[in-house]
Amino acid sequence: MKKAFLYSLKHSVPILISFIPVGLAYGILMQSTGRSILCTGACSLFVFAGSLQFLMVEFFAGGTTLLSVVILSLLLNSRHIFYGLPFIEKWREYGPARLFLIYALPDEAFSLHCSNDFDDGNEKDKKWTYIFDALLILLYWVVLSVVGAVAGSFIHFDTSGIDFALTALFIVILIDQIKSSPSVFPAVTAAVSSIVWLLILGPSGFILPSLLTTVSVLILLKNRGRSAPEGRNAV
Amino acid sequence: MTDLWIVTVIAVCALCTLLERAFPFLIFRGREVPEIIRYLGGLLPMAIICTLVFYCLRNVTFEAGASWVPQLAASLITAILHLWKGNTMLSIAGGTICCMILTQFVF
Repeated sequence: MKKAFLYSLKHSVPILISFIPVGLAYGILMQSTGRSILCTGACSLFVFAGSLQFLMVEFFAGGTTLLSVVILSLLLNSRHIFYGLPFIEKWREYGPARLFLIYALPDEAFSLHCSNDFDDGNEKDKKWTYIFDALLILLYWVVLSVVGAVAGSFIHFDTSGIDFALTALFIVILIDQIKSSPSVFPAVTAAVSSIVWLLILGPSGFILPSLLTTVSVLILLKNRGRSAPEGRNAV
Repeated sequence: MTDLWIVTVIAVCALCTLLERAFPFLIFRGREVPEIIRYLGGLLPMAIICTLVFYCLRNVTFEAGASWVPQLAASLITAILHLWKGNTMLSIAGGTICCMILTQFVF
């Protein structure tokens, strides 16, 4: 367990760095729109989804119907419906802990779960690594947004560009996956599909069509019986 | 706005997010996972991470230098460092510092 904790701690540093500007900015925004510190903490703890939490600032201001809140929040985070797929079977063995893992599954946790290197870990360490990954990310997020709400107006430090840490983390994980997988096909499909949908729909709506296209292409290739590439098992 | 509305928004958004994250687990609850889903589960991590790279870079435009040079140069540096040294922290620190310098001092 200690080994799993230290591994997760080291592994999650890039996420902590990338959360510093975003978490603080979120807390400052909530504070400046008149929301309480408790409200900021509750949003980060219960919703735990960065982009939706920024949108919720608009919802709080009023003028949005409850139905719109439901539709917009489902649409904004629709990519999350795919995040559990690689872990369905693995997490079944984890009992109640899987409920926490499912709740705490934003982009950042998904990417850490996919990049865990379990070569010498035993089963118990694997489970605790998943749990600590999610727990640490949740902790960073809640603490930083609350710090932003409490002390945001006193912090004067130009952090422009630091949010690139998250992009860099995804690039690193992608390269590691490509290196250890027999086929780059999933990445090529996703890249082409992302570029095409970005050109058609622009930045705000491309991700769901892009993921749906990628999934369809991967399924079509399998059904056609072409030499469908075997993925490296994530778990 | 009233406290009731605020609590309602938090509850609804938390529930919607949780439902989406639980979606695959709910669909296949207590059932054998079909072969096709196993197959997708093996390939999707790479596909989704690749899509997330584009998601992070989605606001890049090629109009002014400031709207693409820092992000793309930093991406390139991250990738080159990682292919060369294979050290995660070095690659991320190198790319991020490059992006910060370009954003704050050059553009």
